[in-house]
Amino acid sequence: MFLPIEFYGNLLQGALITIQITAMAGLLAAICALVAGLARMSPWRVVRGIAVTYIEFFRGTSALVQLFWLFYALPLFGLSLSPMTVAVIGLGLHIGAYGAEVVRSAVLAIPRGQHEAALALNMPPALAMRRVILPQAVVAMLPPFNNLMIELLKATALVSLITITDLTFQGQLLNTATLKTAPIFLAVLVFYFLIALGITSVFRTLERRLSVGRLKGMAR
Amino acid sequence: MIWDWDYALAVLPKLLDALIVTVQAALAGFAIALVLGLMIALARRSGKLWLSIPVGAIAEFIRSTPLLVQLYFLFFVMPGFGVQTTPFITGVIGLGLHYATYTAEVYRAGLDAVPRGQWEAAWALDFSPLHTFRSIILPQALPPIVPVLGNYLIAIFKDTPLLSAITVLEMMQVAKIEGSETFQYLEPLTIVGLLFLIVSLISAVLIGRLENHLGALRRI
Amino acid sequence: MSNPSPVRHQTQPDLDMPQAAPSGAKPMIRFKGICKSFGSLVVLDDLDLDIAPAEKVALIGPSGSGKSTLLRVLMTLERPDKGVIEIDGAPLWHMPKNGNLVPADARHLREMRKNVGMVFQQFNLFPHMTVLRNVTEAPVHVLGMDKEEADARARDLLDMVGLRDKVNHYPAQLSGGQQQRVAIARALAMRPRVMLFDEVTSALDPETVGEVLNVIRDLAHEHNLTMLMVTHQMGFAREFADRVCFFYQGRILEQGPPDRLFNHPQNERTQAFLRAVLES
Repeated sequence: MFLPIEFYGNLLQGALITIQITAMAGLLAAICALVAGLARMSPWRVVRGIAVTYIEFFRGTSALVQLFWLFYALPLFGLSLSPMTVAVIGLGLHIGAYGAEVVRSAVLAIPRGQHEAALALNMPPALAMRRVILPQAVVAMLPPFNNLMIELLKATALVSLITITDLTFQGQLLNTATLKTAPIFLAVLVFYFLIALGITSVFRTLERRLSVGRLKGMAR
Repeated sequence: MIWDWDYALAVLPKLLDALIVTVQAALAGFAIALVLGLMIALARRSGKLWLSIPVGAIAEFIRSTPLLVQLYFLFFVMPGFGVQTTPFITGVIGLGLHYATYTAEVYRAGLDAVPRGQWEAAWALDFSPLHTFRSIILPQALPPIVPVLGNYLIAIFKDTPLLSAITVLEMMQVAKIEGSETFQYLEPLTIVGLLFLIVSLISAVLIGRLENHLGALRRI
Repeated sequence: MSNPSPVRHQTQPDLDMPQAAPSGAKPMIRFKGICKSFGSLVVLDDLDLDIAPAEKVALIGPSGSGKSTLLRVLMTLERPDKGVIEIDGAPLWHMPKNGNLVPADARHLREMRKNVGMVFQQFNLFPHMTVLRNVTEAPVHVLGMDKEEADARARDLLDMVGLRDKVNHYPAQLSGGQQQRVAIARALAMRPRVMLFDEVTSALDPETVGEVLNVIRDLAHEHNLTMLMVTHQMGFAREFADRVCFFYQGRILEQGPPDRLFNHPQNERTQAFLRAVLES
């Protein structure tokens, strides 16, 4: 049932690609989420409209359809991206659309008194958002973002279908070569699970760091 | 203009046929997820450690690893154990198993939201645990979570393109076959994307209505 | 909610009450015909009020009578539906343009807000910043003050409110009374000419009310600040205020020096309110 040791090198290679794509797409997703989430609450209707269109479009269609479209259809418009670029952009935009809703609800959850205190101190809206509202909202965003990063990790398996030799692709190669199907795919799944645990522990650390002083209770 | 209307109209009927397969797979997978998810939720809160710990760990594992790899695992491994099925059934089992770990969390939240006093009142009336659960607890736990479960139906629907990787003839697979025959990927892939968008948006509106309706019922 | 009725109350007959504000002095704040409704609920009903420079005014009355809303329109947290507010002669919600008054833009509001500071019932300290940063944040980033200067001033202000040893604490580590004193220091750090106190002791444990009132009392003695205070602490209002205004259904029914208003209220609603408050 266990996979012979000599195959782990290939899986590890694939895992590194998977981690790389997860990290880069995760960064893009975080940026998209922040921009679209804030734009969604903009006082200007056009900005809100663009944000809603982006969010609904990428949440309404499937990640695989988006990847295939970027991979097969975009070159017809004269724009040929490398598979790696397609993977990062496609998955980043996809997860970013979900993240935008996380950003929005975390910002809306900040009590009104914080906005009022910032206004009473004559802070312009952008300053209040940057220094008062967002730093508090980020703490509330971390647990849902942790879940989204795991969704992203799982979605990176799709890039094996656009010729990237990630963890899943390596598993398939080994499967074709050796036909030791059960141990190979089990090992692949365990690799993904370990990466997921790693992501969660990073977020736990971030949460601890960012909530310094705030959760010490009402010590007098 | 790169877009070929004649070709688009020619592939549309085939894609609509495949949409039916896609919807069937989503509904069947959802049915499994609903039943299995409830069983997982009950096992996890059963209070019996020999049951709750392994079930919890397996659910966590399935939820943190890619559906695509799970599908490969089922597709290649099940025949090895003498289980002969069609790719469609394998795909439905994969979808149902994967999303059962999500619906389990939804059930858990719903059950936790029923006040403890309801159990105590039922015990005081000497109801059996099964009767209490079926007639007192579930009817209170279910209505608030119906919209959340509905959102997972949409999520399953958007993940059905993954079944193309195990040769199920759903929309994505049909689009890819069409595209590879003519080397025109743009039209079929775009149509598939639009069909996903349309079905998702309509379902989201319906779920929103359902949510309002249930909210109104509870307020009476 | 004491009386949610949208119906305007009967206009009181002229009571011919002398203004407590020194006659002839230019008012620091002038409210002229201020109206504000939330839906069908009238909160401020054609309200007029002049406040002299350095005057201390206590606003009392039943809840929902418009006292807090008056502070909030002056802080620009709510926009009045009608009327004009002037701070030191300049309109707050309007600005002159080609000889007409037009609605103020963001820049005008920011310019006018410099004059006003506010302390809230729920403190509203920034939970992710230390006490010191709560006080220096706006001077540094809004006024563009040098960081060392802001730090030094913040320490002085925290000294004044008796919290010098808490500069590196986070709000969650302080008691309610301590948090409210930080909030006072934070508002003062912006050097406002007018300070607004909106039920600042209502959310406090009884044993910490005194320390906050002491700070406000010192402020009233030492500073040339104009102060408006919404309060339910009648004893403190009597001692602190030059003038007390009794609010009822969005209007000022009666006003005057604390001695007269508390000892010889003219209006029967004032009498009923004071009786109810003093009995409890």
